Amino acid sequence: MVSVAGREADSVKKHNMLWKKCTAAGMAVLLTASGLLTACGTSGQKAVQRIVVFNYGDYIDRDVLKQFEKETGISVAYEEFLTPEAMYTKYKNGTIHYDLICCSDYMLDKMIREKDVRKIDMDRLKYAGNIGDTYWKLSRNFDPDNSYSVPYFWGTVGILYNPKLLDFTPDSWKDLWRKDYKDNIIMQDSVRDSFVPALRQLGYSINTTDKKQLKEAQKLLLEQKDLVQSYLVDEVRDDMANEQAAMAVIYSGEAGLARDYNEDLEFVVPKEGSDVWMDSWVIPKDGENYEGALKFLDFLCRKDIAMKNFEYVYYSTPNTAVLDEIDPEEKADDPVIFQSEDVVKNCEMFRYLGKDMEEYYNYMWKQLKAY
Amino acid sequence: MKRLGKRLLAGPYLMWMLLFTVVPLVLLAYNAFTGADGSFTLTNVAVILDPVNGKPFLRSIGMSVLVTVICLVLSFPLALILRKCSGNKNSFIVMIFILPMWMNFMLRTLAWRLILLNNGILNQILTALGFGRVHLMNTIWAVILGTVYDYLPFMVLPIYNALVKIDNDVISAAQDLGAGQWTILRRIIIPLSIPGVVSGITMVMVPSISEFVIASMLGGGKVYLIGNVIEQAFNSGYADIHAGSGLSLSLMVLILISMVIYRLFDGEEGESSLW
Repeated sequence: MVSVAGREADSVKKHNMLWKKCTAAGMAVLLTASGLLTACGTSGQKAVQRIVVFNYGDYIDRDVLKQFEKETGISVAYEEFLTPEAMYTKYKNGTIHYDLICCSDYMLDKMIREKDVRKIDMDRLKYAGNIGDTYWKLSRNFDPDNSYSVPYFWGTVGILYNPKLLDFTPDSWKDLWRKDYKDNIIMQDSVRDSFVPALRQLGYSINTTDKKQLKEAQKLLLEQKDLVQSYLVDEVRDDMANEQAAMAVIYSGEAGLARDYNEDLEFVVPKEGSDVWMDSWVIPKDGENYEGALKFLDFLCRKDIAMKNFEYVYYSTPNTAVLDEIDPEEKADDPVIFQSEDVVKNCEMFRYLGKDMEEYYNYMWKQLKAY
Repeated sequence: MKRLGKRLLAGPYLMWMLLFTVVPLVLLAYNAFTGADGSFTLTNVAVILDPVNGKPFLRSIGMSVLVTVICLVLSFPLALILRKCSGNKNSFIVMIFILPMWMNFMLRTLAWRLILLNNGILNQILTALGFGRVHLMNTIWAVILGTVYDYLPFMVLPIYNALVKIDNDVISAAQDLGAGQWTILRRIIIPLSIPGVVSGITMVMVPSISEFVIASMLGGGKVYLIGNVIEQAFNSGYADIHAGSGLSLSLMVLILISMVIYRLFDGEEGESSLW
């Protein structure tokens, strides 16, 4: 869900006009079919208000949408995407004017830099205060004055391990290089994520643009390749739950789900620091119902609604009203989802590094895979 | 009138070919020879020489050759046995071989994943019998095994087709003239089966060279083939359809050249070939 399929840069077939036209045509057909054509038309004042929301798959409690429609009379056209890149391609297509999009830090970084999004009147969000200061501060990584985005869920990247299969407790990225656990290690099969263990272990930033540092990290990853059982994305959770491997690099949200299936599993954010990620809502420039979007955003921050979404998605929530509500015991029970704010201090957020640098990362990764 | 009718009948197929074979090929070639700005360039075709693409390319060729050889070694004796079986028994055995093909190959490959996993079915059986575990999953051997399994029928059936067409009288005549089993095999059966063998080799080698699904399902991201490179070029966030098209074109040229070579061996009639 959270940007798993590779935190990757753009270059999304902008030039391929045919592709674009076909998609546009297909989209138009779809829209007509679902009676949403008004979105493209210039029908001006609509009798029934509507907002178009674009989010990761399975990343909201659907009842929340119904409740919003009931309470405000604004109907919600809800659409899902799999990866930030897919979202970006579709959004850039411009056929559908989205009023609200939820996506991950580095992609929002790019959209904010490209001035694709509108300023949000934070003063008009009654419940924006529910979002904790820590998370507003985290957001400043990509949204320097907290004016374009509202946090939704967050988490870290760390090591999921199975104490039954290990005779030590991992606390360092270096543990993923231990020769005695050859073929017991799973790495992420996506470009930026896979470099985190190597870069942090060397003491470098996960957003480094120093090619020498990257080469060093690549060398380290090459040494590790022989020890790695597999490079996976979606299957990490299942394979860990099935005890196929002893250690795996994983997103905290996914780690929480894996722990649901296998109680033995533990999660740790290595002491060298890691990636902290944030999924936030933005209002795109070409949205047609700014007022409606504001209402929906505020609705999402409201305690009862945020609680519903938290219980459904079960990723770490930045909503302090929700956090205060939860039993301390339950929190202590699940340190993966209720991560201490200290963990974050040692973490960095992925930044969008520009097309050339992202392509360089990708090339280094390809070399590693082809070796 | 009759001629017109015939032409009309061919219409749908011609349209199909035009839309789904000719047009994509033209698009592919166009993309392969143009850069992001639309100008003519040869860089996309040259990327195959970059080790990042070249290594997976060579790996794919090596793997498909090995897969083809294994398939051939398994298939020829099997086809001979099938030929010897008679009547209903025969069609039953043939059906056993076609049966797995009725199931989607993705599902079959997924099943292999469950069998080969570190604590999968195979290793459970091995440990229960007191043997050590084998580490196959996420290695090139798992990919080769999966590919052989998926493509075996494509080798068996053409060879079988060629073998059943051999007239029994020819073999009886040879026996009358004093030929032993070995001579019959060497001088009659093998030469007459060549068209089927060539067809089988083509049908296994050509698709397996661009294989990437089995590699991603059984290779655990550690087996990186040219098919994976091309897939990434089209599908990832770093999508570069021009480089991807260039690589696909290089692959097609290679396949075309090998087809021409095979054709030289293919008998004049090639009745039993399936393509």
